[in-house]
Amino acid sequence: MSKKVHVQTIINGEDVEFLCEPRQSLLECLRDVIGMTGTKEGCNDGNCGACTVILEGRTVTSCLVLGVEVDGKELTTIEGIADGEKLHPIQTAFLENAALQCGICTPGFIIATKSLLDHNPDPSEYEIRWWLANNLCRCTGYDKIVRAVQESAKKIKAQAGG
Amino acid sequence: MKYVDYERPTSLKSALDILSEKGDVTKIMAGGTDILVKLRVRSEQPDLLMDSKEIPELNELSFNHDTGLTIGAAVPLYKLYADADVKKYYPALVDSTTIIGGIPIQGRATVGGNLCNSAPSADSIPTLIVLGATASIQSSGKLREVPVSEFCTGPGSNVLKSNEMLVTINVPAPADNSAAHYMRFIPRNEMDIAVVGVGSYVKLNASGDKFESVNVSLASVAPTPLNVTEISKFLSGKDVNDENIEKAGQLAKEASKPISDMRGTAEYRQHLCSVLTKRSINKSIERIKGA
Repeated sequence: MSKKVHVQTIINGEDVEFLCEPRQSLLECLRDVIGMTGTKEGCNDGNCGACTVILEGRTVTSCLVLGVEVDGKELTTIEGIADGEKLHPIQTAFLENAALQCGICTPGFIIATKSLLDHNPDPSEYEIRWWLANNLCRCTGYDKIVRAVQESAKKIKAQAGG
Repeated sequence: MKYVDYERPTSLKSALDILSEKGDVTKIMAGGTDILVKLRVRSEQPDLLMDSKEIPELNELSFNHDTGLTIGAAVPLYKLYADADVKKYYPALVDSTTIIGGIPIQGRATVGGNLCNSAPSADSIPTLIVLGATASIQSSGKLREVPVSEFCTGPGSNVLKSNEMLVTINVPAPADNSAAHYMRFIPRNEMDIAVVGVGSYVKLNASGDKFESVNVSLASVAPTPLNVTEISKFLSGKDVNDENIEKAGQLAKEASKPISDMRGTAEYRQHLCSVLTKRSINKSIERIKGA
């Protein structure tokens, strides 16, 4: 019944191999097969953004990608954002601006922010809200998140400049 | 999701061979943003999912001043709307594709998939219709071209046979003094499905005071994206003025056959048809005049 497929991928710079059924989403593979539970499941149909990861340089909702599709591809997940024990400037900015409460949406927001700032290091508030529209947060009301993203951009720029 | 096999052919020929053999139990996947949700809720239960993203012909995105734009069926939206020729010559496609889902959806979803999913609310289909686009459909040994205006046959259904696949969408080269535009009404700012969507294409005469040809197509007001030929007939050769544009809005309202659902009542949608048609035609005219 369940034929499994061998998948070879690079996650956060490391070679990872796993076996999965073709019907399993990348989200399921990350959490249940590989055991990387930083990526969260919210709606499981592409609306909430809790499961956002970066696939070949593009943000995607991992619930709408099949595990088998990432064979030979490169992924960044929330686990790859910090440098060991040292938090990424985006993570620091989210903490300093209290841009999270329950935290379930936070990995998705941080990944989406990383991807935004990789594409556009100096986004306007409008661009930030547009880019993050596919990430839902039911706690913060978004203003704190937007401020954290603006702060992240400043921190990253300062780091690059200094 | 029930068990499903997965194939990722790397040539058009092998994809067509798969479809000849088991097309009736196969669903073709491009970005997967619609089909994976349907599989999960079991509104589609194919035995085989055929991923079309590695087929070279389906990844073509090219523009030529004589032949126009070719959009491979697996080209993701973000590539399409970032393309310099698309931005310059087909801004209506940018209007449509930048409002489908959010950034993560646009990283995966395709115009080909939006067309084949054949939702009445699809944001890219009215634009393709007003631009006069055709769909190149291939089966083993046979290629046929279908105007996008005739592609959808009902909510979620279209002219594709089980042994066929959409390979490219071909949009004619832009004519002088012409422009197109797409807009929709949603109660939110983003990430929503059109209550009503309107695509318009306008070609003016050289002095810019008469309509030479106009196409209007509506989303979410009929079982398929609607091509309002009454407007094309009425406005052709008419003066560019508010009265004629007002009448076009009225014709859009009369042509629409909306239902009432959670997104809006039929009456509200008819009202929106009129308002958005006028606005979209005016936006197309502004684009021609470079405003």
